[in-house]
Amino acid sequence: MKIGVITFPGTLDDVDAARAARAVGAEAVSLWHADDDLRGVDAVVVPGGFSYGDYLRAGAIARFAPVMQSVVDAARGGMPVLGICNGFQILCEAGLLPGVMLRNVGLHFVCKDQWLRVENTETAWTTRFDTGADILIPVKNIDGRYTASAETVRELEAEGRVVFRYVDGNPNGSINDIAGICSANRRVVGLMPHPEHAIDALTGPSDDGLGVFYSVLDATRSLVTA
Amino acid sequence: MARVVVDVIPKPEILDPQGQAIVKALPRLGFTGVKDVRQGKHFELEVDDEVDDATLAKIAESFLSNPVIEDYVVRRVES
Repeated sequence: MKIGVITFPGTLDDVDAARAARAVGAEAVSLWHADDDLRGVDAVVVPGGFSYGDYLRAGAIARFAPVMQSVVDAARGGMPVLGICNGFQILCEAGLLPGVMLRNVGLHFVCKDQWLRVENTETAWTTRFDTGADILIPVKNIDGRYTASAETVRELEAEGRVVFRYVDGNPNGSINDIAGICSANRRVVGLMPHPEHAIDALTGPSDDGLGVFYSVLDATRSLVTA
Repeated sequence: MARVVVDVIPKPEILDPQGQAIVKALPRLGFTGVKDVRQGKHFELEVDDEVDDATLAKIAESFLSNPVIEDYVVRRVES
């Protein structure tokens, strides 16, 4: 099982994402923004940071990187893709997920441990959680306010595609307290908080983030046996 | 060569906390009477004459703005 982790200029969390992949027994494979080769990976993590300095809009330039063309093609073919923070912004700009992230209400960079509710446990990245489980993982961003057209939000809610929702306070003014969503086929997930920073009690507030990475092992295994 | 200006502004229904911060700061600085501020982006492009309006609109819509949250206006200011 190989999990690819992309590095763009300005990516920050590729090292922690690779560490999280190894923590669940997967092989972490580095993917380079300028190389369209996905190196035989079974799943891809688009990690957080400030790709291309967030110039223009967060994720707006990264979506044109050669590696993203390959990720979009692979995702359309069913490969599990996880976008965390800036990675979520990139997946939205790339059209794999609907909506966009805006500047936080209050204009502050928010960095804290955040409670989330797991609302959909049928995505490639959440099968190891119990539905309705509350998990504690860090959130750290300034452009985290999820927004989409009223019609898109209605569709996401009706189809159960809100995967993670903020509980115990909304840190950024995100519509309907949305912290993370998934694609219609439930293979592509994006969220603003950082599961890769919560994989052991020594370095994070919990190990709740591990469930995300264990889940994708199951998702790719079932693909192989199907 | 032509000079083209593209202005990108948050849609009216999108909350613009940066604009709100500016409008709240104005009275503190002694400027009264400003009711609302919307903050956007202003781009100046130098383009070859053969770049047509349809191409400019595509650049503005697919890259310089995000149509989910922003409107844009393209103007040729010199040609």
